[in-house]
Amino acid sequence: MSDDTPLTIADRQFSSRVFLGTSAYPNLQVMLDCVEESGTELVTLSIRRLDLEGYAESPVDLLEDYDFLPNTAGCETARDAILTAQLARESLETNWVKLEIIGDRETLYPDVEQLLSATDELVKDGFTVLPYCNDDPVICKRLADLGAAAVMPMGSLIGSGMGVANPANIELICRQAEVPVVIDAGLGTASDVVQSFELGCDAVLLNTAVARARNPVAMARAVRHAAEAGRAAHLAGRIPKRPHAEASSPQMGLVGS
Amino acid sequence: MSLTINLNGEETRVEQGSLQDLLQQRGIDPSARRIAIARNGALVKRDSWPKETLSEGDRIEIVRPLAGG
Repeated sequence: MSDDTPLTIADRQFSSRVFLGTSAYPNLQVMLDCVEESGTELVTLSIRRLDLEGYAESPVDLLEDYDFLPNTAGCETARDAILTAQLARESLETNWVKLEIIGDRETLYPDVEQLLSATDELVKDGFTVLPYCNDDPVICKRLADLGAAAVMPMGSLIGSGMGVANPANIELICRQAEVPVVIDAGLGTASDVVQSFELGCDAVLLNTAVARARNPVAMARAVRHAAEAGRAAHLAGRIPKRPHAEASSPQMGLVGS
Repeated sequence: MSLTINLNGEETRVEQGSLQDLLQQRGIDPSARRIAIARNGALVKRDSWPKETLSEGDRIEIVRPLAGG
């Protein structure tokens, strides 16, 4: 889209507004094809214990052309998330982190208290923090005030494919946010991506929607087009909704009148 | 002389030595990229691996990046 400005987060510019997770694809090649087809420039990774019994292939070496966004997925305390972020910085030579602190294993809902304190600490330690958070405008504002480089409110529960559960909240967050809004989690298909951009999101982060699609590579392509369409529609400005009809054809000179 | 540490969540008998020695004992190339180590909940930077000697009861985490969402 030539008339759009690049997305800027912290010190980096992105021409693609799609961020893509690298997990749960049918195989490594499909993952690589999806990353390419989505047009993304930023991929998420996790940090895990090395298997001491045998070397397993890591996807990371095949993703050197992309920027890395390591996550703290699975962490339940600020302390564990901070250590994971520090290990990620050492391992991947990036100070970017998708800060994810889970308060409940069943819903994978963020633990806001831990999230706020970890964001504060990591920002002070020089990290570029992108916190995964509730679709709560107040929490998003607090995170931005603490120095988060972007906020990543949930569309709906992680991996649920339920789309944007609370569009009014997401729109409010986008309108108020002083940092970029990257909607994360729950998006299920291209229309969810379009809607996210129409509501004002600056970027989308998907994983399961692509990885578990019947045809992941085709879905990655659909997501790329959806991001472009949704962003273009947002910039174009939709008409207001009204509860009555308004003829689009001229009312003068009707045949037979 | 050997000691017992917690290595990636498992109680493990290892030879006394540095973190670098530990990697070698376990067949991990210490110059391999992307590996990171925490000792007792704190990051140990790569250039300190040869200097940090193991103590009885240490909790050592050896990690690397994997796919993630």
